[in-house]
Amino acid sequence: MTRPTLLTLEGLTKAYPGVVANDDVRFSIGEGEIHALLGENGAGKSTLVKMIYGLVKPDKGAMTLRGAPYAPDRPSAARQAGVAMVFQHFSLFEALDVAENIALGMENPPKRRDLAARIRDVSHDYGLPLDPSRLVGELSAGERQRVEIVRCLLQNPKLLIMDEPTSVLTPQEVEILFATLRKLAAEGTAILYISHKLDEIRALCDAATVLRRGRVVGDCIPRDTSARDMAELMVGSVLHVPERRAATPGDVALELRGLDLPAATPFGTSLRDVSLSVRTGAILGVGGVAGNGQDELLAVLSGETLAPPGTLFVDGDDIGALPPPARRHLGVLAAPEERLGHAAAPDMSLVENALLTGQVREGLAPRGLIDWGATRAFADRIIAAFDVRTPGNHVAARALSGGNLQKFVIGREILQSPRVLVVNQPTWGVDAAAAAAIRQALIDLAEGGAAVVVISQDLDELMELADDFAALNGGRLSAPRPTAGLTMDEIGLMMGGAHDMEVAHAAQ
Amino acid sequence: MAGISIDLLLASLMVAATPILFAALGEMIVEKSGVLNLGVEGMMIVGAICGFATAVETGSPTLGFVGAALGGAGLSLVFAFLTQGLLSNQVATGLALTLFGLGFSALIGQGYVGIKPPATPSLDLGSLSDLPFVGRVLFSHDPLVYLGLAMTAAIWAFLRFTRAGLILRAVGESHDAAHALGYKVVRIRTAAILFGGAMAGVGGAYLSLVRVPQWTEGMTAGAGWIALALVVFGAWRPGRVALGAYLFGGITVLQLNLQAAGVAVPVALLSISPYLVTILVLVVMSSDRRRVAMNAPASLGRVFHAAA
Repeated sequence: MTRPTLLTLEGLTKAYPGVVANDDVRFSIGEGEIHALLGENGAGKSTLVKMIYGLVKPDKGAMTLRGAPYAPDRPSAARQAGVAMVFQHFSLFEALDVAENIALGMENPPKRRDLAARIRDVSHDYGLPLDPSRLVGELSAGERQRVEIVRCLLQNPKLLIMDEPTSVLTPQEVEILFATLRKLAAEGTAILYISHKLDEIRALCDAATVLRRGRVVGDCIPRDTSARDMAELMVGSVLHVPERRAATPGDVALELRGLDLPAATPFGTSLRDVSLSVRTGAILGVGGVAGNGQDELLAVLSGETLAPPGTLFVDGDDIGALPPPARRHLGVLAAPEERLGHAAAPDMSLVENALLTGQVREGLAPRGLIDWGATRAFADRIIAAFDVRTPGNHVAARALSGGNLQKFVIGREILQSPRVLVVNQPTWGVDAAAAAAIRQALIDLAEGGAAVVVISQDLDELMELADDFAALNGGRLSAPRPTAGLTMDEIGLMMGGAHDMEVAHAAQ
Repeated sequence: MAGISIDLLLASLMVAATPILFAALGEMIVEKSGVLNLGVEGMMIVGAICGFATAVETGSPTLGFVGAALGGAGLSLVFAFLTQGLLSNQVATGLALTLFGLGFSALIGQGYVGIKPPATPSLDLGSLSDLPFVGRVLFSHDPLVYLGLAMTAAIWAFLRFTRAGLILRAVGESHDAAHALGYKVVRIRTAAILFGGAMAGVGGAYLSLVRVPQWTEGMTAGAGWIALALVVFGAWRPGRVALGAYLFGGITVLQLNLQAAGVAVPVALLSISPYLVTILVLVVMSSDRRRVAMNAPASLGRVFHAAA
């Protein structure tokens, strides 16, 4: 590499009680280089970038920035040194407007009127249109990301850290983001790009460092390495790809007819004229950028929100007015996205959590008294069937890793042999091997004659699982189309295309 | 009704509104930072006795109010330590603070029952005070009445125009995001809690030094709870909080005047009317769930634990 070195990490180590998040991590990033940081969830990517951004102090090791020692003790020190970060979550304020959000992330923000003008200039230059006076809570996920990027760009960073930036974007928006990033790199800004999407990294990045269990296990030039090789480097073993046989769909089991539902919270999404039907033995994939009505759709199917009369049918019966237990009785089960606090009660044991949704169909509380023996047996069956790694069934849900808990909550519903199963983000934050197991279980469930709805933001997952694909966009559901033969471009358009983004002007 | 004079009624309305205005403005700042402190009543009564005792011992009402602010802030420091330092539940801690404050103030106040405090002089506004009607209603009060209105304007400007105000709102909106950007959530919230305590203390002292003026046990009689309700009523906006305080003050004074005038309505019904009206207005205001949720700080009452 002929580029001068910008940032060097030497032996960074950070341990938390019970786990070493980063162990002797060392690599360097050149000026104007787009450097990928690859790894599974829990590989230590987030901890590493938090150290670079000054949110976490390393236990050992040192960093140098342009030859000088670099040890930020807080984010503002990192920002002053020219390091900026676009977060995956948690750094925007919904009830504040765009300009206020940007001012909060700057060291010395100019007066509001000047700031608004600069936001317009920068967002125009990089093809990221933004209105400084709009509330962030009203923006789409893609637009919110623009706010974060513009906030960074206003400070002319030398190094821009991006944590999983494309997980919330449509394929078209991803293209535009990449054009922006390439323009930035051409102007000399180095980019540290964190992702586990290998095709994106091959398309965008100049170099890659792979982390596994907190250690650097390899580096590569992404353009010259196959996605499969990188995946195996990441996972450390050969990947199992779920198989599906052609199933013959039966009768319509689940049907929504023209459902309209106003949002319950200020920044929620209203469902508008949503219609769908799923046959037994079939899987419907619902894609779309987060915040376009996924949570609301799951809530209305599970019974957390009741549906107006004449809109929701299971086997031809209107079940819109039934609460969740009555729906479970009929075999309509759901596994929501948020594992801790929604799908599972964090401080209750796995046995108690098994009881919470399994009570109706498994008969765990006859005559109102809990049959602990049967409940424990049910929990043990889930743990065994879905390879949930836990010291025992008495462990609190919160103590399990995300992937293991996910296997538990999905397994809990599948083992109740549902007639209709609705899952939201079934493999979010789950490592590749566990994700493959969950997908295989969903496929097997459908083949066994259940109607399955999979809501997900992972398009590859939907292509792998679903017979039909529909997209949520602003609370509207597109007409479902068979997944076979569907191209990424068509999917992107169903998801709302590029919204109002334009390609960076220089890249046109 | 002949016994009621409009100008006296309006003048005493301003006096009646001032203590709850101070307490409500303070609590609004606390809630804007994302903390729910239900100990307003306790901080008010501790402020009332601290202010009273200081004024009696020094002979200076001004020092009395300073003492009240320190007393209220001191009690709120306990709340800040428990909720921000030890991450205790805010609702339970706030309730405990009220119970503690009521008992503690009674203890300090034992030697002060039946004493008259030094009088707080009216602000000399010269010829303005001599104006007919307007002079009596608006321009013949003590400085605290005007300070309360000035604080309303100052807090409005602070939240709207200053960077510190923006950071305070940001911390109340999402402490995780604020932390990720490098703001000191615990420090900012502690400062807000101390400010809220001082304001509640001043409000309490206004009761014992000006409005009543004497010390009796439990003399705040629910004013702290009304202040808490006013923050919701005002939808976390200083102007509307002030409006609410004056509205409540108005109804309180009117019901006293109606009683004095011997209106043929049961006294009990008149006495509860300010609270009834407050509840009614709160219900009406909160019926629009979207609007209330829109203005409420999103992190209100949630415990912040800095994740690594």
